[in-house]
Amino acid sequence: MAKQQTNYQKYESKIEPKRPVLKNCLKAFIIGGIICVIGQLISTFYMYFFNFTEQTVGNPTTATLIFITMLLTGFGVYDKIAQFAGAGTAVPVTGFGTAVISAAIEHRTEGFVQGVGGNMFKLAGSVILFGVFSSFLIALIKTIFSYWS
Amino acid sequence: MVFVWAFLVGGLICVIGQLILDIAKLTPGHALSILVVIGAILNGFGLYEPLIDFAGAGATVPITSFGNSLTQGALEEAEKHGLIGVVTGMFEVTSSGISSAIIFGMIGAIFFKPKG
Repeated sequence: MAKQQTNYQKYESKIEPKRPVLKNCLKAFIIGGIICVIGQLISTFYMYFFNFTEQTVGNPTTATLIFITMLLTGFGVYDKIAQFAGAGTAVPVTGFGTAVISAAIEHRTEGFVQGVGGNMFKLAGSVILFGVFSSFLIALIKTIFSYWS
Repeated sequence: MVFVWAFLVGGLICVIGQLILDIAKLTPGHALSILVVIGAILNGFGLYEPLIDFAGAGATVPITSFGNSLTQGALEEAEKHGLIGVVTGMFEVTSSGISSAIIFGMIGAIFFKPKG
């Protein structure tokens, strides 16, 4: 059984198509960079007209980007960009947004409580879990150290 | 000039994500979780805020900023209220990402029909 499995894995790695890593990285770099430039445009707008600072402008920018993501996801455009860009669309906060929004739209047929409510964070939940838990550990360690010194 | 740095820094963070996908062969969920943890650690060492000053949206738009602002909120509250602030302050700074994802997710589910 074990031998069969390793044989299969060898066979699989032989016929698995090689990923064009460099090309994928270039695509991710360009699309990810463009999304950040759009974010910077929105940030500049909020800083200029609504008196946000460089450190606080992240919040309204995030909300605006996720709103745009909702429209793009709803009309099925985001999927097409994501297929081209890979991590370029997944890593910006829009990727988090589309994970939540697409899950919500997809499970709508199962009803709003069981479907939308229960599945909304199916994909994005791990980001929240590891974000919150690692932040908890880091803040805890840092706070305890600051008591000592 | 900040636009150029936003493009370069934001693009580079996305390349790190793409490398996690392609070289380490992990799923997007793993890649995003790793990046969030990296953001939280960078804030722990006080390195993320200078990056925001330097690159603007290039640092606030990628998901790493989510880990950064979670830690930021926890630390700010811990300074005011002691150890319990680590738990209570966590979502102080970063409410907008999650709340807007929930709100627009719900609106999307109401107005859009699933495709395919």
